[in-house]
Amino acid sequence: MRRTLAAISVCALLGSLTACGGDEPEAGGPVTLRMTTWSANPAHVELFNSIAAEYSKTKPDVSVTFEALPLENYTTTVTTQIAGGNAPDIAWILEGAAPDFVASGALTPLDDSIENTADLAPAATALWKKDGKLMGYPFSTSPFGVFVNNDLLKQAGQTLPAGADWTWANAVAAASATAAKTGKQGLVIRDFDYKEWSNLATVFRGWGADAWTADGKTCGFDQQPMVDAMTFLHKAIFTDKALPAPGVAADFFAGESAMTIAQISRASLLKEAKFGWTLVPLPAGPSGEYSVIGQGGLGVMKKGKNAAAAAEFVKFFTSPDNSTKLAQFFPPPRQSQLNADTLAKANPLLKPEQLQDVVIDGIATGVVKPSHTGSAEISQAVRSALDPMWKPDADIPGVLRGVCTAIQPLLAK
Amino acid sequence: MTLLQDRAATARSAPGRPSYWTMRRRDHLTGYLFITPALVGAVAFVFLPLVLVVWYSLHEWNVLADTFDFVGSENYRKLAEDPNVPGVLRATALFSIGLVVLNLGLALVLAVLLNQKLRGTTFFRVLFFSPVVVSLLAWTIVWGFLLQDNGGVNGLLSLFGIDGPNWLRSGGTAMVSVVVVQVFKNVGLNMVLFLAALQGVPQELYEAARTDGAGRWTVFRRITLPLISPTILLTSIITVVGSLQVFAQISVLTQGGPGTSTTVLVYYLYQQAFQFHAFGYGSTLSVLLFLIVLALTVLQWQMRKRWVFHES
Repeated sequence: MRRTLAAISVCALLGSLTACGGDEPEAGGPVTLRMTTWSANPAHVELFNSIAAEYSKTKPDVSVTFEALPLENYTTTVTTQIAGGNAPDIAWILEGAAPDFVASGALTPLDDSIENTADLAPAATALWKKDGKLMGYPFSTSPFGVFVNNDLLKQAGQTLPAGADWTWANAVAAASATAAKTGKQGLVIRDFDYKEWSNLATVFRGWGADAWTADGKTCGFDQQPMVDAMTFLHKAIFTDKALPAPGVAADFFAGESAMTIAQISRASLLKEAKFGWTLVPLPAGPSGEYSVIGQGGLGVMKKGKNAAAAAEFVKFFTSPDNSTKLAQFFPPPRQSQLNADTLAKANPLLKPEQLQDVVIDGIATGVVKPSHTGSAEISQAVRSALDPMWKPDADIPGVLRGVCTAIQPLLAK
Repeated sequence: MTLLQDRAATARSAPGRPSYWTMRRRDHLTGYLFITPALVGAVAFVFLPLVLVVWYSLHEWNVLADTFDFVGSENYRKLAEDPNVPGVLRATALFSIGLVVLNLGLALVLAVLLNQKLRGTTFFRVLFFSPVVVSLLAWTIVWGFLLQDNGGVNGLLSLFGIDGPNWLRSGGTAMVSVVVVQVFKNVGLNMVLFLAALQGVPQELYEAARTDGAGRWTVFRRITLPLISPTILLTSIITVVGSLQVFAQISVLTQGGPGTSTTVLVYYLYQQAFQFHAFGYGSTLSVLLFLIVLALTVLQWQMRKRWVFHES
């Protein structure tokens, strides 16, 4: 009764946002599985469709549709679909939302639906396990690196610091000088935009700082490493002008900035780049070299109408063969495929040493971006509390203490 | 067969005994049949969700964990203790007051100016009304670009040597920006309503007032304002209710920031229900919103007797 009422009301309220209703599965009849994704990239969609078409050859009764949802509202939309009684059969899950999905029991365990689970890198699956069971498959384990516009640096008379000189201090100096000389922007932390603060992990991890402790109970924003990292970042933005100021838009891939911190899956945007570029690991911070990983997982929704058929398709979708194909966009979690040879075949845009330095070493040593149960509420609280930092005369330690005051009650929940 | 013939036939078929389907009953049935489609829509999309929202507000509903537990007044206690609520209500009040004052004031001024018999008024009427027919999202997104730190507005200001603020990112200007974007979007609608009202004021009243020696301001205050007061009531109710429902502009321009300075009630309930998955508490916030809208509308309706011309 409740579900029906819920479905009716959510459909009524959100009729325009969600496609409510749909067909109940018929026992033994044809099944259409629906997988929600956040990628409408035609190359990605083409690959997914080809995998689905191949699957339909062996299972003619099963067809798969891929529903691309906008990334910024992705989790909200999926949750609304679930509330409306229209859960997708398979859903991509962002790393930030992973603890909520994994812990809530919304997903079906995948241990029997993934071939050769022993091959999966433990660092990649850590976030997706509950009581030893694999609840989500991290199909994309994508380290962050720094893409550099060689032409802009050259135009500004700068050379990219290399080896032991590739440090945050030198990276910011080069970005600042390039921005000043060319009138373009220096270094863009992609998708941060002074809102999505979790992408700042690509900076503050260099100081050994963490948003919260490993057990998720204690805030780390007021700790000295974070204060140091944020002081450095603040100076880079407002004094050195090495990063675009708040409210300033600049797209590296359109040639508007000298450098950008982004995941390697973005390399596909450089297929038709009109400038020379390179990809290097994140610069070393005061605490040494480090790497940060962004993940995307996929899970079979318990409330989907065809959970068993969905689990079978996931087995096919994530098989070693298909994993190799997916590797051209999404670095796989399979250790046997994390070698320069396999990755080079799938990523013709990247050189073997780039794949080794950024991808393979990155996945081996990287930490996943901050995540936590209740991450949406915590993220929102951090974003609000960090806002006073983004002006030239900010009291940085004071703002960071304010972040902890705001999120400590949420972390303790 | 016409209705009259039908009635006559019915009357003939039962001589001496009054039919159940009297003319009055038939009229009622016809009336109900006419309003049925609208009534079904209202029940399904207004009354049922309204009742369900109250029902949900008594529950803790976690969509992901698939739990729906009755918690009684717990969500209402949480509402009373929520440290964010005072700030949210303050932002909501600021937005509503700013919007109502600016929108009605500007609409009235524009209507009075464009009610003059001058060349070019039609052009300006179209100009000010055109944003009303533009898609709200497109309008807001374009303004989002214009109000960026390196956007069009600051570019224009820099031509005059003015270093414009970061409109959407600083606490002082974010709310003002959102209000102004919304005012420009909808001021044309109220302007047209005021224009219609102004043109309905009988000219002989103006002539009589001028004959009596009334100046322009006195004519406006004593003749125009009282006679268009029903329209002022209508536009103020529409604008107040509309201002409490603002969502897309906040979502696109500021996402409630900086800090929580533009987190209005609707945006806060969206965050709670759809981003934080707390549908029960989100429903409690919508009950609060409903009560506020109801109270303000009742208040305005009561006050009409004091200042609306035809009501006293």
